[in-house]
Amino acid sequence: MSDPNATALRTRGAVAFLTPALLLIAVFLVFPALWTLYLGLTDYRLTGIQAAYPHVIGLNNYTAALGDPAFANSLWVTLLYVLGSAVIGQAGLGFALAWIFRRWRGPARNALEVLVITAWIIPSSVVAFLWIAFLDTRQGTLNAALGNAAIPWLFSWPLLSIIVFNTWRGTAFSMLLFGGALNTLPPSHLETARLAGASSWQQLRDIALPTIRGHILTNLLLISLWTFNDFTPYLITAGGPNFATDTLPVYIFRNALINFQLGYGAAISAILLGINLVIALIYMRLLRARS
Amino acid sequence: MDRDRLAPTVAPNRERSESDLLVRRLLRRIGFYLFVVIVGAYFALPMLWLVFAPFDAHPTLVAAPPSSFTLGNFPDLLKDPNALPSLANSVVLAVATMVLVVAAAAPAAYALSRVRIPGRDLLLYVLLLFSSVVTGTAAMVPLFLLVFDLGLINTQMGVVLVLAGGLIPAGIFILKDFVDSMPKSYEESARVCGAGSLQILRDIVLPYARPGLAVIAVWVVVNVWSNFLIPFILLRDPGLLPAAVVIYNFYTEGGQANLRLISSFGLLYSIPVVAMYLFVNRRYGFRFYGGIKG
Repeated sequence: MSDPNATALRTRGAVAFLTPALLLIAVFLVFPALWTLYLGLTDYRLTGIQAAYPHVIGLNNYTAALGDPAFANSLWVTLLYVLGSAVIGQAGLGFALAWIFRRWRGPARNALEVLVITAWIIPSSVVAFLWIAFLDTRQGTLNAALGNAAIPWLFSWPLLSIIVFNTWRGTAFSMLLFGGALNTLPPSHLETARLAGASSWQQLRDIALPTIRGHILTNLLLISLWTFNDFTPYLITAGGPNFATDTLPVYIFRNALINFQLGYGAAISAILLGINLVIALIYMRLLRARS
Repeated sequence: MDRDRLAPTVAPNRERSESDLLVRRLLRRIGFYLFVVIVGAYFALPMLWLVFAPFDAHPTLVAAPPSSFTLGNFPDLLKDPNALPSLANSVVLAVATMVLVVAAAAPAAYALSRVRIPGRDLLLYVLLLFSSVVTGTAAMVPLFLLVFDLGLINTQMGVVLVLAGGLIPAGIFILKDFVDSMPKSYEESARVCGAGSLQILRDIVLPYARPGLAVIAVWVVVNVWSNFLIPFILLRDPGLLPAAVVIYNFYTEGGQANLRLISSFGLLYSIPVVAMYLFVNRRYGFRFYGGIKG
């Protein structure tokens, strides 16, 4: 009985409905990605002769990048940043919070939850300054809390500082996602386990973790992808001191838009796009397998 | 008494295990509170400055209750040539992007939900893939060049188009969820009663999808309001910069950072997004869609 065309649209109308969105996406999302791949093969610069007549130089930018210790450093710093702040920091702390929030009710719990979420919502150029102030050597709140210490955190421990910062910044997402996942656990399972004498740790290991395994993987993939592309460290340390926090986004920004080596910057961008693509493909495979 | 005598060897054991249990429970409690206090301090301490400093006549970098309470930092913002105009610029960027995203994503979501277009699933797959892979950071070089070549560098239009292009795919997914949840029979009955297509869209689909439209409108505004990178690379003219970039300039430009200005302006700039988030969260709960976040 149900006529597929009984809604407000037929196929031709559908095309008209789709066109504006697809046009904007094509020009400002798909085209830039493909252009990156092409630019990465050229010696394009914003000024000088290469600006007017860029040449295709093949894979030279890529071999240059692979031979450049600055790039190797940047890649290494980025991996440590992702591993430390996303995989260990945000996912670990986010899960711990979701786990203790599971049955805990009351104003203290709500206050803590709002606090964690607020850290995630405040615009990045504000939180960046909050952390510059918090970690300041002479007047920072952290050093004051440690009994008037004068530790130059951003100078002596730059990478650790931005890892701790980004854990603070992004834990809310993992907490909310894991909270939702733990809510789908049938309470009777945990109850039965508890009556059978299972400790909290055993309930966690044998019931909760296996059940929400899919959510854990989803979460790890998403936060890793975002952290790989996170530009906020630039607002705190600008890549320094001495390139200790020179993550890939900062490296691209400096080479392409400060030094105007657009071809080289595009090649690094293409590498970052490749990293994103691998993570996204695994993620979407996971989504398909689940549905 | 009798029982104790009957099991003289068991009793001390049980006593020990009971006290063991008690100690263990106590330790667990202590561990729990310690964890909560440490995590609470970790999240609260860096934010404390934004609560105190705006109301301090002489703020320093340390977070401490105002030594001399004042509301004067806020009217003083008027004296800065960039502070308040940048908030207006943020509003312009956020509203323009929101209108563009809603206007483009809503019809697309409706079409994708209701009409069997050949290759629809593939299209959705590719959209999701591109929207998660092509981030502003990874594509900053071509985005800069594209906007440059279009003659839109240093214009708000360029920023709006780039931001909209990145947000539309996720907007489509969110809205498609809403349309999918609407029973087709509503439209079918209206059609049977002789309603035209436009009438159906206006009188049936639109009212039903209103919460969805509200969610993506707020979501776009929050994203654009907080976005730093795109206006940072595409705008030069100080008169065009949104608050995200202006506040960054306040603390990176040479000389002594004006803490009264940064703190009061930072608070003023942060409050709207926190309020909007809490509003959406209260009304619609936390939902999450793959591959999105500003």
